[in-house]
Amino acid sequence: MHPIIEMRGITKRFPGIIANQNVSFAVQKGEIHALLGENGAGKSTLMSILFGLYQADEGDILVKGKPVHIKTPNDANRYAIGMVHQHFKLVHNFTVLENIILGVESVRNGFLSMGEARKKVIDLSEKYNFKIDCNAVTSEITVGMQQRVEILKMLYRENDILIFDEPSSVLTPQEVEELIKIMRSLAREGKTIILITHKLQEILDVADRCTVLRKGKSVGTVDVKNIDKTQLSEMMVGRQVELQVKKTPKEPGDTVLEVKELVVTAKGRGKNLVDRVSFSVRRGEIVCVAGIDGNGQSELVYALTGLMPPTGGQILINDDDITRASVRYRNTHGISHIPEDRHKYGLVLPFQLEENLALKNYFTPQMQSRHLFRFDYRRSFAEKLIEKYDIRTARGITTVTASMSGGNQQKAIVARELELGNDLLIAVQPTRGMDVGAIEYIHRRIVEQRDAGKAVLMVSLELDEVMSVSDRILVMFEGFIVGEFLPQEISVQELGLYMAGAKREDLA
Amino acid sequence: MKRKDIQRLFGKGLVDKIAASMCAILIGLFVGFLVLLASNPDNALSAFLTILKGGLSGGSKGIGNVLFKAIPIIMTGLSVAIAFKAGMFNIGTPGQFIMGAYTAIYIGCYLTFLPPVIHWLVCILSATAVGALWVLIPALLKAFLNVNEVIATIMMNYIGMYTSNYLITKYVFDANKNQSKLVAASAQTPKLGMDKLFPGSSLNAGIFVALLCMILIYVLLQRSTFGYELKACGQHCSAARYAGINEKKCIVMTLLIAGALAGLGGGLTYVAGDGRSIFVVDVLAQEGFTGISVALLAMNHPIAIFFSGTFIASLTVGGFYMQLYQYPYEVIDIIIAIIIYFSAISLLVRKLMERWRNRQEVSQ
Repeated sequence: MHPIIEMRGITKRFPGIIANQNVSFAVQKGEIHALLGENGAGKSTLMSILFGLYQADEGDILVKGKPVHIKTPNDANRYAIGMVHQHFKLVHNFTVLENIILGVESVRNGFLSMGEARKKVIDLSEKYNFKIDCNAVTSEITVGMQQRVEILKMLYRENDILIFDEPSSVLTPQEVEELIKIMRSLAREGKTIILITHKLQEILDVADRCTVLRKGKSVGTVDVKNIDKTQLSEMMVGRQVELQVKKTPKEPGDTVLEVKELVVTAKGRGKNLVDRVSFSVRRGEIVCVAGIDGNGQSELVYALTGLMPPTGGQILINDDDITRASVRYRNTHGISHIPEDRHKYGLVLPFQLEENLALKNYFTPQMQSRHLFRFDYRRSFAEKLIEKYDIRTARGITTVTASMSGGNQQKAIVARELELGNDLLIAVQPTRGMDVGAIEYIHRRIVEQRDAGKAVLMVSLELDEVMSVSDRILVMFEGFIVGEFLPQEISVQELGLYMAGAKREDLA
Repeated sequence: MKRKDIQRLFGKGLVDKIAASMCAILIGLFVGFLVLLASNPDNALSAFLTILKGGLSGGSKGIGNVLFKAIPIIMTGLSVAIAFKAGMFNIGTPGQFIMGAYTAIYIGCYLTFLPPVIHWLVCILSATAVGALWVLIPALLKAFLNVNEVIATIMMNYIGMYTSNYLITKYVFDANKNQSKLVAASAQTPKLGMDKLFPGSSLNAGIFVALLCMILIYVLLQRSTFGYELKACGQHCSAARYAGINEKKCIVMTLLIAGALAGLGGGLTYVAGDGRSIFVVDVLAQEGFTGISVALLAMNHPIAIFFSGTFIASLTVGGFYMQLYQYPYEVIDIIIAIIIYFSAISLLVRKLMERWRNRQEVSQ
């Protein structure tokens, strides 16, 4: 029998990079096939080609043994291929039902006939045991629910081949379990699932077979039954990896950051995004803020770093009240900030690396005199940082930052921020989108800071990261801090309950 | 100059940039020639050659006049370019230009007790200040209320046009000619030997003012911390905020400088002593919009603006002679417009070229 999907010799080039090089893989009907690889290994590109978002430069796609040309997502849909994107494509103020039928509405005499659609959606959700309310407004349901809406969208369109792009990255551990159940039942009903992921555990939990990509090339396809985590990670990275962060116990010192009853309110709406949050971070300790994306972590950091004004409360750095201080004042009085979005905040992408490395100290007396740059100093400063932090570039300090790889961009930010020598480091998702090697590197740097007696506040969505790096964990849910733990005292499962708001401590 | 020095002066990809602009110019001229052919085939070739020669046909007088004509559009070109660098489109140059011009004329007509060069200086400095003032409201609106500067500055154009017309008829009106009065001799721009160097032309020390501005803006953009802040704001506003750069100050300062440059351009134009004065008609100052073309063709590089300004001035002078060949004067505007279109397209071509080159590298 022909595989239901076969991709043969796919090559895709982007300027300066080969995303896929002669990649071949085949998926059988009814299996759950994982696509494993580090960020930048070419998984998403390969699937985007299958889904019609990109065109392959070379190679063929075969559906049920027949060569096909997929030029747009509509073509993909015609071959019953559907995709759940990492960032959902839902209209926020539509109801669940409206979102599901969007684009394939059934119409009678020019009017929508919602009745039929509703029946079909309800049948589907009963068949797969989705607990979903058709009339709920999309923005008001949980992320896990939204994902189910995305899945229903594919089922409604009668897609048989379902691509899931990093589906668990936005979910709590409990929701991940639900998702795994759903995927299993879909496969039982004869649907074929391609699962893009870089999480090893997930593959072991749910997949039948797994194709590993590394640097754009296929390393091989393996049966999941016959393989373990270490082997998979070796295939993925190409060498043995230290999965554990090395850390020695350390007694925290004086308080550096003190936050009292901090409130941040959304602009124009009365909703408190950060609600009466109080905590402190001391020298020589890494405090981790855990939580599901969008529970006020970003706003908390914006308020601390001055990007968004707080509506109430107090922020103290070394007993200096900075609640209303400017961003510049905070930068020069103790706060280093590795921002969550390095493209939006961390770097001026069209600038050269040298200019970006000077972003936080270009105004200091060493850098300029009478408002004119001292270029020799600026250059040597940049060169020193490149050397010290091992930033790899094509053209040294004159490299345009936008052309650098994500890992090296992040290293540049880390270099710049650590070099400020501030007492507090705020690192928001510092390893997001990094490969295993870069993650190791950044974790090591953060632990170094702590060992050097700096205070570190880290925000992370990855529970593994939270558990392995932190000395203390704060959990945020809907703007509140709902729990404070030591990592050795709590399990991932329990943490998940707090993150989902199912449990909370009263922190008076 | 060594290659490296040139690179430092103009930034990287110089050859590409010049090639792109040259392509635009050649294609623009070619299409312009087609336009000439279409409207009157008999005279097309000789008319076209006249355009090419532009001001050069008149010898040193012609060159002098081309440089003279270039002064205002270099100023407005710099004005547009610096705002562009900060990510803003200053389309209000006509308003800033005309208000600067009126101020210079007013002071040139009334403060006659001032000694010659001082009088001139007061004229153009006041023009500069009023130019800056004319963009203050849009600048504040943009910085504090995020009102789009394109809309705000364009509205200030009309306010400027009608205000200056009103003020001219009230204070400095030459009713016989329906235009503004000429400034006193003491307010006129000193020649500084330019009349000897380019005999018969109207060229004066204004060209040195334009050159000085060009150098100042170059240093500001390339060497100063303010230029760095300005570019950071323009290219990536959120990153600039993250870095602690005061973007509001940056927006206001940049627009004030832009307005000042345009105002100064207006001042210089009407104290030049070549007999030019403002007609009281409801038309926006041409030099303001030409500044956009000048800046675009130069890709906002201050030094390139000197050349593109001179080039467009030369075309304009050439266009003046079009009437000899029974073409309307406006034909030259069509050609300039085509060149600008193609220079916008050439940016695209340059990107495509880059991509294509990258692909070559990859497949090797």
